[in-house]
Amino acid sequence: MATTYDNAMKQADLQKVDSAPVVVVENVHKSFGIHKVLNGLTLSVNRGETLAVLGRSGTGKSVLLRLIIGLITPDSGLVRIHGQNIAGMPLDEMGEIRKKMGFLFQHAALYDSLTVAGNISFPLEHHRKDMSKSERADRVRELLAEVGMESALEKMPSDISGGMQKRVGLARALALDPEILLLDEPTAGLDPISSAEIDDLILKLQRERQMASIVVTHDLHSARTIANRLALLDKGNVVIEGKYEELQQSDIGFVKEFLKQS
Amino acid sequence: MSDTTALVNAGVNQMLPDERNKGMLAVAGSFASPLIGMFEWIGDLGIFSWRVLQAAVTPPYEWRELVRQLDEVGSKSFPLVALAGAAVGVVISLEARYSLSRFGAKSMFPSTLVYSVVQVMGPIITGLVVSGRVGAGIGAELASMKVTEQIDAIEASAINPYRYLAATRILACILMLPLLTLAADACGLLTGWFAQALVEPLSFHQFIQSGFKGATFDAFLPPTFKTAVYGLIIGLIACFQGMRTRGGAEGVGRAATNSVVLGSLFLILADVVLVKFILVVFP
Repeated sequence: MATTYDNAMKQADLQKVDSAPVVVVENVHKSFGIHKVLNGLTLSVNRGETLAVLGRSGTGKSVLLRLIIGLITPDSGLVRIHGQNIAGMPLDEMGEIRKKMGFLFQHAALYDSLTVAGNISFPLEHHRKDMSKSERADRVRELLAEVGMESALEKMPSDISGGMQKRVGLARALALDPEILLLDEPTAGLDPISSAEIDDLILKLQRERQMASIVVTHDLHSARTIANRLALLDKGNVVIEGKYEELQQSDIGFVKEFLKQS
Repeated sequence: MSDTTALVNAGVNQMLPDERNKGMLAVAGSFASPLIGMFEWIGDLGIFSWRVLQAAVTPPYEWRELVRQLDEVGSKSFPLVALAGAAVGVVISLEARYSLSRFGAKSMFPSTLVYSVVQVMGPIITGLVVSGRVGAGIGAELASMKVTEQIDAIEASAINPYRYLAATRILACILMLPLLTLAADACGLLTGWFAQALVEPLSFHQFIQSGFKGATFDAFLPPTFKTAVYGLIIGLIACFQGMRTRGGAEGVGRAATNSVVLGSLFLILADVVLVKFILVVFP
């Protein structure tokens, strides 16, 4: 019979797991030709936490997300997902890790030959072979309802707006119940109302699913709304990391300038 | 020495040694750059082929996508290939009748038509038509998916794009080319006979009997099945060009063009090797 002490220890262990970093990027360097994009970048994200990565265009924010999901490999340094270094991992092995990750692309990157339902069903068809056709269809409807897009089920991606495409992209990213969610400019190019709706949606998902999320954005307002922590990048490295208030109190010239202009 | 040459030489002689070296390096660079690009292309193609091969032979297999591609490459190319084969049959029939009449060898007409269509024209015409239709289609489709990050999205969804996109398309080309060649051959023979029959009475039965008289499988199977190699070339080049595309609409256009041009070129070059190989192995 479990004692109160045992239960307390189990609880402490669970908290330890929760606070262990899910994504760790350590001293990562990445160049494209002579252009150095990341210069010894280090950061980590815990379960249930949302980190917003901010910075000027071309400072390597999107490159960072692509490194984390393994679409590109670092020149040097480590990228650990659940403690496993993914740099240079074979494609099929990497696939097992990617099943635990969801990625929302900047322009949604929906498959233009498939309907909205087909887009969301696509990862399920490949990785949830245990699901019957009707179970899959139910799951697709459920995901679309979660992002408020039930009515677009049979529409083609070209027939829906940019904001709607982002919502569908988000539903696709959530299809395999990821533990890590990577969002590349989720509100870029959207009107203020659509941006606020996407922010609310991300917040709602965070509350319900407790994922580790990294959001790359230019939108400081959105970053403040959805993130627990902010990291400001410049010249391929983190200039400052912390809560918004900590950024506000910083004496670093670049941080002050960035906050002033945003 | 012409005045122009003299002036140029004078100009070169007046250059300082450093300037002359720089000029020579620039000239060497202009030759080296395309050469380096070519080796880079060959190296990348080798790596791409290895990845596709690895993906193709290891599970999970993408049966549904393969069937879709078999339909895309096979049944949708059939009308075009049949039409091309039919046209070639008529042309060979007209040319053969004229040439054979000049040498008093009109009785050789059926076998000339059969051998010309089945051994030479059928395979190469099928290859070129499929290269134009399917090669351009695959190149443009994958290039468009690449520039809109759809291929990255497939990879991010833990699906191997070399298996799902490339292996299925290449395999469909390999499997479908021999079947399409048979269709082109059949149409060519039919229209070739018909063109002849319009001028001189010749029953189809008589034409086939005379045309295939003394023929063995060795004479017809290798030229038909060599088109599987054409399929490999068409599919591989188109997938490679599509999946390495960079840039926007311009890149997509370039990928489609390169898929057709390089695919057709390598197909013709491969034919030289294959014909020699068949002649040696099946004398």
